[in-house]
Amino acid sequence: MRIPILKLHEYLLITIQVELDDQTALQFQEDLLNKIHDTGAKGVVIDLTSVDMIDSFIAKVLGDVVRMSKLMGAQVVLTGIQPAVAITLIDLGISMREVPTALDLEQGLDKLQLELEG
Amino acid sequence: MDIQSCVEVCNEWDIVSARQLGRNMAKELGFGNVDQARITTAISELARNIYLYAGSGKICLEPVEQMGRKGLRIIAVDNGPGIRDIRKVMEDGYTTSGGLGAGLPGVKRLMDEFTIDSTINSGTEILATKWLR
Repeated sequence: MRIPILKLHEYLLITIQVELDDQTALQFQEDLLNKIHDTGAKGVVIDLTSVDMIDSFIAKVLGDVVRMSKLMGAQVVLTGIQPAVAITLIDLGISMREVPTALDLEQGLDKLQLELEG
Repeated sequence: MDIQSCVEVCNEWDIVSARQLGRNMAKELGFGNVDQARITTAISELARNIYLYAGSGKICLEPVEQMGRKGLRIIAVDNGPGIRDIRKVMEDGYTTSGGLGAGLPGVKRLMDEFTIDSTINSGTEILATKWLR
């Protein structure tokens, strides 16, 4: 299964709407980095509104792809983390401290714009 | 009410099956959104441990009732190498896989009751229960 990556001006938008198995998550990591390379995108929003569970593996894959993208020169913001997911992640002991987040897609794009301009 | 449902865990896709089963059972039993996420995540972590450390095993789920309380019990069983030092794996931050799983302390925090029984060279059994509030 492949997760679609949309290009909007200098941004890439991804909304994860499938149950993430390990292969899909790792494939997405690779696809996103290739897409950043091909498009020269400066900012990426990964929207997690439809994701109802993040376990330690998915958290690691997401955290890694944020750091990998940064190495390539693109900023990533995770948006739309559900209350139940936030509670579960902290219970698990995963804080995702260095990962930029925003409440929703709109605020995520605002955040990227501020960072890219500033 | 002791209908047990089990999922054999041998590969990464079985982890998804196990947590989908957990999500459905938790929903049916009347758990709220947050506890559904806790139960599903705990199952995912336990199934991953089986896959990573034992190679194969199974996750069973059963509705439980005790002194008027209802809940859901996760039973994670494998015939893997066993855990040499249970006290150590129950410490936060301990890992032998380079951080692929959040580890057992995380699962314990997600659930209300947690017991672990492990014998070297014979396997591990973990029981974790969440009670309806």
